[in-house]
Amino acid sequence: MSAQAVALPTPPPIEPERTLPPALWGTIAFLVSEGAFFATLIVSYITFLNRDITGPTPAEVLSLSLVAVTTTCLLSSSFTIHAAEKALKRGALGGFTFWWAVTIALGIAFLAGTAYEWTGLIRDDGLTINTNLFGTTFYTLVGFHAFHVTVGVIVMLTILGLALRHKVTAQQENAIAPVALYWHFVDGVWIVVFLVVYIIGR
Amino acid sequence: MAVAERQLDMASQAAARPAWTAVLHDWVTSADHKKIGIMYILMGTVFLVIAGAQALVMRWQLVYARHDFVSPDVFNQLFTMHGTTMVFFVGMPMIIGMANYVVPLQIGARDMAFPRLNALGFWLTLFGGLLVYFSYATGGAPALGWFAYSPLTTKTFARSAATDFWALGLIVSGFGTIAAGVNFVATIVTMRAPGMTFRKIPFYPWTILWTSVQILIAIPPLTAALIMVMFDRQLGAHFFDPQNNGSAVLWQHLFWFFGHPEVYILILPIFGIVSEVIPVFSRKVLFGYEFMAAATMAIAFISLGVWAHHMFVIGMSRTLDMYFAVASLLVSIPTGIKFFNWLATMYGGRISMDSPMLFCMGFLAMFLIGGLTGIMLALAPFDFQLSDSYFVVGHFHWVLIGGTLFGLFAGFHYWYPKATGRMLSERMAKWQFWLLLIGFFLTFGPMHISGMLGMPRRIFTYEADRGWELWNQISTIGAFIQAPSYVIFVWNLVWSLRHGRPAGDDPWDAYTLEWATTSPPPAYNFDQLPVVHSRRPLWDAKHPDDPDWQYE
Amino acid sequence: MDGLVLLANSAAQADPTSIFEPASPPAESIRTLAILVFVIALFIFFVVEFILFYSIWRFRRRKQAGGADQAGGDPTAEPPQVYGSKPIEVAWTAAPALIVFVLVLVAARTLWEVKPDVPTPSPGDNALYVTAIGHQWWWEFHYTSYNGEPLDFITANELHVPVGDDGTPRPVYLTLLSADVIHSFWVPRLAGKLDLIPGVTNTLWFQTTEPGLYLGQCAEYCGTQHAGMLLRVYVDTPDDFETWLANQRKPAVDDPAVAEGKAAFLSESCINCHRVRGTPAAGTYAPDLTHLMSRETLASGLVPNDRENLRKWINNPHDIKEGCLMPAFGLSPEKLDLIVDYLATLK
Ligand code: HEA
Ligand code: HEA
Ligand code: HEC
Ligand code: CUA
Ligand SMILES: [Cu+2]
Repeated sequence: MSAQAVALPTPPPIEPERTLPPALWGTIAFLVSEGAFFATLIVSYITFLNRDITGPTPAEVLSLSLVAVTTTCLLSSSFTIHAAEKALKRGALGGFTFWWAVTIALGIAFLAGTAYEWTGLIRDDGLTINTNLFGTTFYTLVGFHAFHVTVGVIVMLTILGLALRHKVTAQQENAIAPVALYWHFVDGVWIVVFLVVYIIGR
Repeated sequence: MAVAERQLDMASQAAARPAWTAVLHDWVTSADHKKIGIMYILMGTVFLVIAGAQALVMRWQLVYARHDFVSPDVFNQLFTMHGTTMVFFVGMPMIIGMANYVVPLQIGARDMAFPRLNALGFWLTLFGGLLVYFSYATGGAPALGWFAYSPLTTKTFARSAATDFWALGLIVSGFGTIAAGVNFVATIVTMRAPGMTFRKIPFYPWTILWTSVQILIAIPPLTAALIMVMFDRQLGAHFFDPQNNGSAVLWQHLFWFFGHPEVYILILPIFGIVSEVIPVFSRKVLFGYEFMAAATMAIAFISLGVWAHHMFVIGMSRTLDMYFAVASLLVSIPTGIKFFNWLATMYGGRISMDSPMLFCMGFLAMFLIGGLTGIMLALAPFDFQLSDSYFVVGHFHWVLIGGTLFGLFAGFHYWYPKATGRMLSERMAKWQFWLLLIGFFLTFGPMHISGMLGMPRRIFTYEADRGWELWNQISTIGAFIQAPSYVIFVWNLVWSLRHGRPAGDDPWDAYTLEWATTSPPPAYNFDQLPVVHSRRPLWDAKHPDDPDWQYE
Repeated sequence: MDGLVLLANSAAQADPTSIFEPASPPAESIRTLAILVFVIALFIFFVVEFILFYSIWRFRRRKQAGGADQAGGDPTAEPPQVYGSKPIEVAWTAAPALIVFVLVLVAARTLWEVKPDVPTPSPGDNALYVTAIGHQWWWEFHYTSYNGEPLDFITANELHVPVGDDGTPRPVYLTLLSADVIHSFWVPRLAGKLDLIPGVTNTLWFQTTEPGLYLGQCAEYCGTQHAGMLLRVYVDTPDDFETWLANQRKPAVDDPAVAEGKAAFLSESCINCHRVRGTPAAGTYAPDLTHLMSRETLASGLVPNDRENLRKWINNPHDIKEGCLMPAFGLSPEKLDLIVDYLATLK
């Protein structure tokens, strides 16, 4: 154990590994599962496309102009949240708060658009979740997406509250990044939902 | 007299130890991965006894043709609850619990990446299980079969709320499982000890990483599908309601897209355990580490694309039949690689047959058979005869018990000394092993025969003229031989806690980091975060003249 | 213990539902495949288990202290560490791959044999077309065409088909549908199983050369009495089959001797669920009773179809088939007898 200690081989030096922080890896893993969840809903939507014998059909009741506006809101919010993140990295807390608030406003605008659309569908077109397969799959898919937007808005509002009380600093980048990632994901899912529901399925 | 004395004695003992409420509070509020791991395992053990008892009732009902021990409805509830419990509340919690305990220790971390999320995951799993069992309060459990084919789950055919509790329970416990998956990925990716690159990570965490990937991809579709079931039942949606153009087949696709990866979630970690135990008890390094690692990934990926081999009998096109048959057969290649590497690890070693190794040998000998019957099922035309027969029941118990359970027992016997500081009794372990092996053989072997003689599964009784009675009677006898082995196991866990031989830090002279700390480990696991140069850090420490990193 | 020995016919066969006693081309093809796979699996089994047990035996650490171990070395020393070998890995990847390749080929061949394209009925094709509809927990058989000639009658639970002979095969094509949940048609000696799924149309094919009774049962869990959803396929000689066909095509016997019984039957709610062709009873929910007495069993094969069982059944079906979807009506014994008298004439 000791006498020949001189001859003992010495291990090569250890190079530190560079990787993302745990919170981001956790978020990525979580978003993978979210992706699988939405993929399931989308597959179900596509499965039931055009299988209805009773109306209303997507072509009859879905308005492209309304959804074009809400889509623009949501997609631009991806850029504003990115701007907020960059501002935070620079240490410009005012800029962060501004862009963060804009992102929330865009998210709320999207939700308002959805609420308006749904009111019309339910009241004027008589489309509910049990009317037909279109109603079943539409409310489930779009509803779960809107639910995710809502959760995102609530989380961002909380952070906005902290920012207004000057509790957010550049060091909290690690706490902001998962939220931003989540928001980009929700946007990305919307692109697919939009294509499937309003373009292909209409 | 004696009673009073004993009470006095107990009272003074209680004063010496912390009150049981304090201990309970300590556990319930704990976010320590080791305590959570143990709670998962205790939960699994309790449910194992419950589901095992259900199985015994089923076996007794089937002991004679046209036997009248339980009513058809009760029988149908029994196999539904037995299957659901075994898969979701025995297999998964035990797998996740063991990984919870061992993985942070093996990678040299102080805890999981998100300790509180970890606790949340456990409690969601437990409450999910309780919700499923709450269905009994509605007057009877659901009678659906564990894969609950629609339209049996629609309101038309399942009026009572039992089905809702079942679906809700699985949704809730699914969130718990996803939480665990997220946690494992973050932990294994970011919290490995310095020097432990992905090419130097012990094999068990490696399999847990890929298991987690499968959890993340496979559980959400089940959650989504169960939510659809709830929407159908509660809001009048039409997903799985053929009367309104819904699709019974869609449910099958969604369920098995989850269900097939699920069975690999139940076996990949076992491959990991076996890959830890065999080298230690053969005194050799794991043969072909890179190929083993690649095979694990291959199994994880291929198994995402084979789900419809559970659906050959729905009448798919020949092309689809062939695709799913080929994909399923392909799984046998990486699995074969694993088998041969394990054998090569043993070959030329110095094998000692302590209980962990004994269970590993049971695993190798038995899982092979289950894998080969799996190959038979994967051949689409052969499956037209075998599907939904007792042959399938034989196959999956063979892999679930001969594979998952034997592997878990190997793990329990291997890591129990680490977790408690005491050795399990080898004597009881041997009894447990042989009773289980013999009972298991007798229970599930004849099922292959009765299946090929035409006996469908999920029947509460059968006709006397079919030639199935003898095989069923052997099965039943086997089940009652198995039962004591589980009792011995539970007793061994309890008994050894106080009477087991003290274990020391490293009773097996093993290779990985968990053995470098005390038994049981302190709350923070390691005084000092270890630095790693090879896949076998403890081997390096014990053989400084000839360390492993020279060869990797 | 009623119905312990149902009929001499089925007792003649030791294993009446064994997949290794095929009597129809699809079942035969599958047996061939099965035997081949068994041989391959046994080979793999013996090779792997041999290596396993050999290793355990050969490299087992012997515990006697001081002495040399089995390999002749120092029992406390570590054995040589072998880290792996690329050529060996390649070899044992390639060998299973080869086996898999062979399996794929034979599976494909068998698949095309048991799942041929289904022809449409044409005159002189000797083929029988039947639509089988699964119900909780009985079978409805709707005969649609034989030898190109359209048929239109419905029967239940017992399927009659003609046997083929060397010169003239008489294939049977079953169109499988479901009225409620998923069921599965499985008569192991004739063909593999195929599901009856609501909203889906499947077709199963078989053809026989041996007359006799072939047993099977529903193979997909379908609720309470899934176990009681038995199946009987009678393979008749062509002459017998023609006779049977001719009888089935006729409306129900109208025997004036049981006019009172008939009236009793028609006055009950039976007619809401059951049909007796030629009478006002036109229900479609439950088995067609037009030629009830031409069936050997009751309640999809659970009990022999005799007077006693018929009476027991109508008095309370749940005594025979607990949980089935026909209610007990609490009929008076007199009325019960009348109805049974009537039903017993429906040859
Ligand atoms: C631990 C869980 C587990 C595991 C590991 C497996 C492993 C496999 N299973 Fe199994 N299976 C289940 C659990 C599992 N299964 C369950 C629970 C069900 C039923 C669910 C239900 O209906 O309720 C089921 C059902 C099931 C079916 C559906 C049957 C039906 O319902 O009709 C099929 C069909 O293909 C199948 C195939 C396979 C295959 C090909 C493997 C392969 O992975 C096996 C691979 C292993 C080997 C082959 C052995 C080692 C390999 C070698 C030594 C190399 C040489 C070998 C060859 C070249 C062949 N399984
Ligand atoms: C990990 C999974 C797992 C395990 C370990 C088991 C273990 C056992 N299973 Fe299970 N089984 C499934 C998973 C599992 N099963 C699944 C998924 C299904 C499909 C369900 C479906 O079709 O939907 C199934 C279905 C199934 C059936 C088919 C039912 C049917 O189709 O009709 C049968 C029949 O014999 C059976 C038997 C057994 C037996 C005898 C054991 C034995 O190994 C159990 C031994 C354990 C014990 C005996 C416990 C010991 C405890 C005591 C002795 C204490 C007793 C206490 C009291 C009485 C208070 N199982
Ligand atoms: C609510 C519907 C319903 C009513 C009303 C009803 N039956 Fe039935 N009957 C069924 C069903 C369903 C079955 C099939 C049961 C099974 O095998 O699972 C059946 C089966 C039968 C059978 C056995 C048929 C066979 O081929 O095995 C007979 C005979 C029968 N009923 C007679 C009657 C008579 C007589 C009455 C009236 C007194 C009656 N049924 C009223 C639903 C009904
Ligand atoms: Cu019909 Cu099972
Ligand atoms: Cu599978």
